[in-house]
Amino acid sequence: MYFQVHQPHRLRQYRFFDIGKDSHYYDEFTNKTILRRVSDSCYLPANKVIHDIIEESKGAFKIAFSLSGSVIDQFEKYAPEVIDSFKKLAETNCVEFLAETYNHSLASLASPAEFKAQVMLHSKKIESLFGKKPVVFRNTELIYSDEIGAMVADMKYKAMLTEGAKHILGWKSPNYVYTNAINPKLKLLLRNFNLSDDIAFRFSERSWSNWPLTADKYVTWIANTLAKDEVVNIFMDYETIGEHQKSSTGIFQFMKFFPKALLLQTDIKFCTPSEICKKHQPVAPLNVPFPISWADEERDTTAWLGNELQNEAFTKLYSVEKQVLRSKDTDLINDFRKLQESDHFYYMCTKFFSDGIVHGYFNPYESPYEAFINYMNILSDFLLRVDKSKKTTKTS
Amino acid sequence: MKVLMFGWEFPPHISGGLGTACYGLTKGLAKHGVEILFVMPSPYGDEDQSAVKIINASDVVINESVKNSESFLQKVQFLRVGSNMVPYVDPVRFTTLVESQRVSQIEGYKMYAGERYQFSGKYETNLMEEVARYAIVAGEIALKYDFDLIHAHDWLTYLAGITAKRLTGKPLVVHMHATEFDRSGNNINTQVYDLEKMGMKEADIVIAVSNLTRSIVISKYGINPEKVVTVHNAVEFDKSGNVEVDRGVPEKVVTFLGRITYQKGPEYFIEAAAKVLKRYPNVRFVMAGNGDLLTRAIRRVAKLGIATKFHFTGFLKGSDVNRMYAYSDVYVMPSVSEPFGISPLEAMRANVPVIISKQSGVAEVLTHALKVDFWDIDAMADAIHALLIYPALSNFVVKNGFEEVNALKWDNAAAKVKEIYTKLTGKL
Repeated sequence: MYFQVHQPHRLRQYRFFDIGKDSHYYDEFTNKTILRRVSDSCYLPANKVIHDIIEESKGAFKIAFSLSGSVIDQFEKYAPEVIDSFKKLAETNCVEFLAETYNHSLASLASPAEFKAQVMLHSKKIESLFGKKPVVFRNTELIYSDEIGAMVADMKYKAMLTEGAKHILGWKSPNYVYTNAINPKLKLLLRNFNLSDDIAFRFSERSWSNWPLTADKYVTWIANTLAKDEVVNIFMDYETIGEHQKSSTGIFQFMKFFPKALLLQTDIKFCTPSEICKKHQPVAPLNVPFPISWADEERDTTAWLGNELQNEAFTKLYSVEKQVLRSKDTDLINDFRKLQESDHFYYMCTKFFSDGIVHGYFNPYESPYEAFINYMNILSDFLLRVDKSKKTTKTS
Repeated sequence: MKVLMFGWEFPPHISGGLGTACYGLTKGLAKHGVEILFVMPSPYGDEDQSAVKIINASDVVINESVKNSESFLQKVQFLRVGSNMVPYVDPVRFTTLVESQRVSQIEGYKMYAGERYQFSGKYETNLMEEVARYAIVAGEIALKYDFDLIHAHDWLTYLAGITAKRLTGKPLVVHMHATEFDRSGNNINTQVYDLEKMGMKEADIVIAVSNLTRSIVISKYGINPEKVVTVHNAVEFDKSGNVEVDRGVPEKVVTFLGRITYQKGPEYFIEAAAKVLKRYPNVRFVMAGNGDLLTRAIRRVAKLGIATKFHFTGFLKGSDVNRMYAYSDVYVMPSVSEPFGISPLEAMRANVPVIISKQSGVAEVLTHALKVDFWDIDAMADAIHALLIYPALSNFVVKNGFEEVNALKWDNAAAKVKEIYTKLTGKL
C-alpha cells in the first residue's frame, strides 16, 4: 500500500492592478485552514491508526508514503505535529518514504535539468526528516514515460511507481514487476486501479453493487487476484482516509481491520516498494512512448496540459527557467518552483466543465477561466521581476 | 394539439428579447406539430398584407396565413388585437408615452383599418385599463375558437389568459420572461406584481426562462415550486454571416450593449472601465443603447475623467448592432438582474468573448463565458483586462463559445414546452 500526501500552495486572488506592485502570491489563510482541517480529519488520525496496526501486527504491516515538498513546507509552518507523527512512523522501520519532485511539479515534461534539481531537493529534505535517503521514486500524479523513467534511472533510483494504465498494458497484468524500456535497471510498480479505486472512489458509493465494502470482502478480492498474480499495488491519495471518504463512512474502521484480516486469513504479505523489488523478478520491459498518469479515464497528462490555456501558462513559465536560475535570487527561484505545482494547471482544466467533482476538490476557483486569469496575472508580475533581475545581473 | 397563445410581436416589429423569444418558441413548437392560435396586441397593422387575410371580429382582427413560404406559418394562425400595449413599460411611463404618441398612432391605425372594418379606435391611456380591455377581447376569442390549452407570455397578457381559462376551463400555462423585480429592483409596482402573482396562481404550470427566475417566482411570489418549470430560452440566428468592419481606432474595444436602465447595471461597467483604463490605456469603451440612466452615465464618465476613451452611441438598430459586435474585442453584460439575456449569445456568435454577470439566467446555460458578480467591479475589470492581454484566453473562449452558442436550439426548448402541454392535456 502506498499513499500520496500533498497540498499545494494555493494562490491568492491576484488582480491585474497588483501586477508590478505586489509580489506576494499565496493565500496563507486558505492554505492554513485547509491544512489544519485535513490534518485533523486525515493525517493525524490516519497516522495513528497505521502506527497502531504496525505495533499490533509486530511489524507485519508495511506501507509507503510520498510527501511532496509543498506539503512538508506547509506542515512545518502550520502543523508541525504532523511531521512528528510521520517521524514516529519512520521509526517503526515498516514505512518507506519515496522520492518525488519537491514542488509536485510537471518539470519532467518540461525540463530535465529542473526536474533533477527538484528531485535532489526533495531527496535531501526527506533524508533530513526521516533519516533515510529514498531509493524508490514516484513522479507527480504517477506521470511516467520511457524517457522519464530513463532520467529517473540515471539518478540511481531502483524503482518507480506508475499507473497500470489499460491502454499501455493491453492484455498484460499490472500485478507483476516490469522494467523501463530504455534502462532495464529501473523496475516499475504498477497501480492496480480497480482495487485502489474501490477504496478511493467507491468506498462510500451506495449505488455501487458491492457497497458496503467490508474488510473481509476486500481481502477475498486481493486473495483471488494473488492466486495467480504476484503483487497488488494499492496506491491512492492519503486524503482518501478521512477527507474524501469522511470518517462517518467507516473508512477508519476499514483501515483498521483490513490489514488484520489479510494477515489473519491469508499468507499474503505486506511489503514496501523496495522490498517488492528485491523479492520479485521483473517479467518484461514496458513500452510507454507517451506520458501516462493516474488521472481521469484517459490516464494521460491532459488534465494539466490538455488545453490552450494550460499550455500557454506552462510554456510562459518555463520560458524563463534559465534567467531565474541565473539570477541566484532565492525568492525568485522559490516562487518559480511554487508556480510549477501541478495543481495550478489542474484548476485550468476544461475537460470536466460539467462534472468537475474530482477536479473540484480543494479547488479555490469557480471556473477554469478564473484559474487561468489569476495565474496569468501572477505570472505577469513574476515575469516583470525576472526581467528586472536580468538587468541587475547584467549591470553587476 | 392546438394552443391559444397570448404572445408578443412578430417580425418586422421586434423590439426586444420577448418578441424574439415568442417567435423562436412558436417556430419550434410548430416544428413539433403543435398548432397555434397566436393572439398579439398590435398598434401597427402594417405587416405584410399580401400574405395575410384579415377577418373582422368586432375589434379583433384576424390574420390567417395562407401563402407564406415559411412552413411553420401554416401551423400558426394570427389574431391581432388592436392595442397600445408594449412590453418593457410600467404603468406610469405608459401613460406619458401613450399621450405623446396617441394622436399619430390612432390616426395611422384608422387610416389603415377604419375604412374597411368596424373598429372602435378607442385605446386606453391607462395601462391597467388597456390590460383589462385586452382581456375582454381575449374572452371573445376564447369562446369563438377551438383549442386545447392556453399559453400566456408575460404579465400584460395574464389577465387575458385567466379570462380564457375561466370561460373555457382549459389549462393555462403562463410564461415568465421577466419578473417585476428584474425590471424595477426592489421598488416594484404593486399592481404589476399583483397581476403577475394572480396569473401564476391561476396557472396550471408556470414556465420560467431560467432557474434564477424560477427561484424569484417561488420565493417572492410564493408560487408552489412543483408547478414552476424552467425552460431555458434558446437563440436563432439569421443565416447571414458576420459582418466585417474596418476599424478606425487602433485600440481594442470593450462594449456594453443594452438598455441603459437599472436592470442592466451600466454603472458597474463604467466603474470597471475606469479601473482598466488606469492600468491599460490601449483600449476604448463603448456604451450602446438608450435609457433613463443615460444622462447619469454620461455625467459619471465625465467625472471619472475617462470621456476621451469612453463613448456613447445612443440606440442601435438592426445592422448597426451587428457592426457594433464586429467592432468589439470584449462584450460585457453586467446585468443586476437578467431573467435570461440573449445579447451575449449574439456576441458569442459574432466571435466576441463575453463577460456576463452571475445574476443572469443565461449564465446557467453558458460555460464558455467569463462570469462575475455584477457588483464586483474588481473582478469585472480583471476579466476585461485578461481578455484584452491574454490572447490564449480570448481565443479559447471565442472558439468554444461559438460552438456552444450554436448548439442552443429552440427546437429543444420547444420540445420541453410540448412535454408540458402533453402532461396538461393528455394529448400529443
